[in-house]
Amino acid sequence: MTLIDLANPTRFLSLTAKLLPWLAAATAILLAVGLYQSAMAPDDYQQGATVKIMFIHVPNAWLSMFVWGVMSLSALGTLVWRHPLADVSAKAAAPIGAAFTFLALVTGSLWGRPMWGTYWEWDARLTSVLILFLMYLGLIALWRAVEDPSRAARAAAVLTLVGAINIPIIKFSVDWWNTLHQPASVLRMGGSTLDKAFLIPLLVMAVAFSLLFITLHLAAMRNEILRRRVRALQMQQASQPRA
Amino acid sequence: MTALIALLRRDIQVALRIGGGALIGVLFFLIVVVLMPFAVGPDLALLKKLGPAILWLGALLASLLTLDRLFAADHDDGSLDLLTMSRTPLELICLTKAVAHWLVAGLPLIVATPILGLLLNLDGDATLAVALTLLAGTPALTFTGMIGAALAVALRRGGLLLAVLVLPLSIPVLIFGVAASNAAVIEPAGFGAPFSILCALSLAGLVIGPLAAAASLRHGLD
Amino acid sequence: MSLGPYASFIVWSYLLVALVVLILIGWIALDYRQQRARLRELEASGVTRRSGRGVADLS
Repeated sequence: MTLIDLANPTRFLSLTAKLLPWLAAATAILLAVGLYQSAMAPDDYQQGATVKIMFIHVPNAWLSMFVWGVMSLSALGTLVWRHPLADVSAKAAAPIGAAFTFLALVTGSLWGRPMWGTYWEWDARLTSVLILFLMYLGLIALWRAVEDPSRAARAAAVLTLVGAINIPIIKFSVDWWNTLHQPASVLRMGGSTLDKAFLIPLLVMAVAFSLLFITLHLAAMRNEILRRRVRALQMQQASQPRA
Repeated sequence: MTALIALLRRDIQVALRIGGGALIGVLFFLIVVVLMPFAVGPDLALLKKLGPAILWLGALLASLLTLDRLFAADHDDGSLDLLTMSRTPLELICLTKAVAHWLVAGLPLIVATPILGLLLNLDGDATLAVALTLLAGTPALTFTGMIGAALAVALRRGGLLLAVLVLPLSIPVLIFGVAASNAAVIEPAGFGAPFSILCALSLAGLVIGPLAAAASLRHGLD
Repeated sequence: MSLGPYASFIVWSYLLVALVVLILIGWIALDYRQQRARLRELEASGVTRRSGRGVADLS
């Protein structure tokens, strides 16, 4: 099944109806497994049990960036290829991405208090994620400000792509600014330097959250398609002469 | 080319005439800088330390206020539709409007900086550094702001939405502007790097701003 | 399972994540039900689609 087949909203709806139960089940199972593994994970010799926050913080942080990537691809779909479902995909993804970004900030803050002694610090990573959150909110505000969905889609697509350029700039610029003012406390966790006892639960949770996003995204896309159908039919009904 | 020059002259004349014009941005800049000591306290040493940051914040907010008028006035009287339909590429039209806006709104801010630097107890070096960074950075603010202005042009309550959209995009400019200003005072060797990045941001804005604004206008006015 | 001296932080993190995820799922599910209900209403009031398929059909 090619991407062009999915361009038909009706075919998309029937495909979604078939896929969603499986996706939801897979998500639930992986979340359960991941949670169990997180609970069973050993304590870190430095952080103690608070390392368990990493298993929900890091997946949310990864997803907050990933969702903007999905929206950027959708934006290209709208502006360049005029794929009919690109608008729907972008609009549905925004609130979900904002939620993940919010959770990344909150869990990060709660992790920061035991780790660094403070709920917040203006270092590179925190600041860039906060700005990302503000950009998500601005994007959602733009979606809601324009009445016509396809016009809103094009405006949102431009903003999404400009935001995509801005995110590495912010990350880089805040890094740079921080080295001028004070050294950041860098979390030293790279892929291979993380012990397997922590790496495996983390990866399982990451996949679980990714599946969660895909499930929620498809469901939200379905809602958006139905919403547009309702709108079109209401307009049709309003223009019909009454007997 | 003559079309663009005519547009430039028209925009400048219009901006300078209508109700206080773009020069009201300078007034706002002055008010913001005056408000700061009331909020922060009159401690001169503290004001000197915060000076570059206060000036940059004031300039950012002042240029944000005047961005609203970039496309809104033309949209209201219908000339925006004429501009989008003309043979001159919309990207160049947006670029010209941005240049006009910067000349009328950005440049006065830079001229006002030395006077305001006095209010904040900044010495000559610091003031010169801030003015220089504003010179390099306000074009970037205008170009990225233009994107927000184009997105919000057709919306009636566009004002606040414009600010919400533009401010995150302006943050890198603010960061490097203040970093360069502070470096010039504390440790002159460190001025070069943030300053060149600031110039780079303005140059990037020069390209991306008109492209994105033209795309927004085209799609928003269908 | 001992969660150490910062147990409340760990518990709060997991609870907040669970809460937000549940709110997301709930909102999407409610929205779905709302749209289906509106489509059924429209069908009942006699509106038809161009394709001739049922208004509230999902296929």
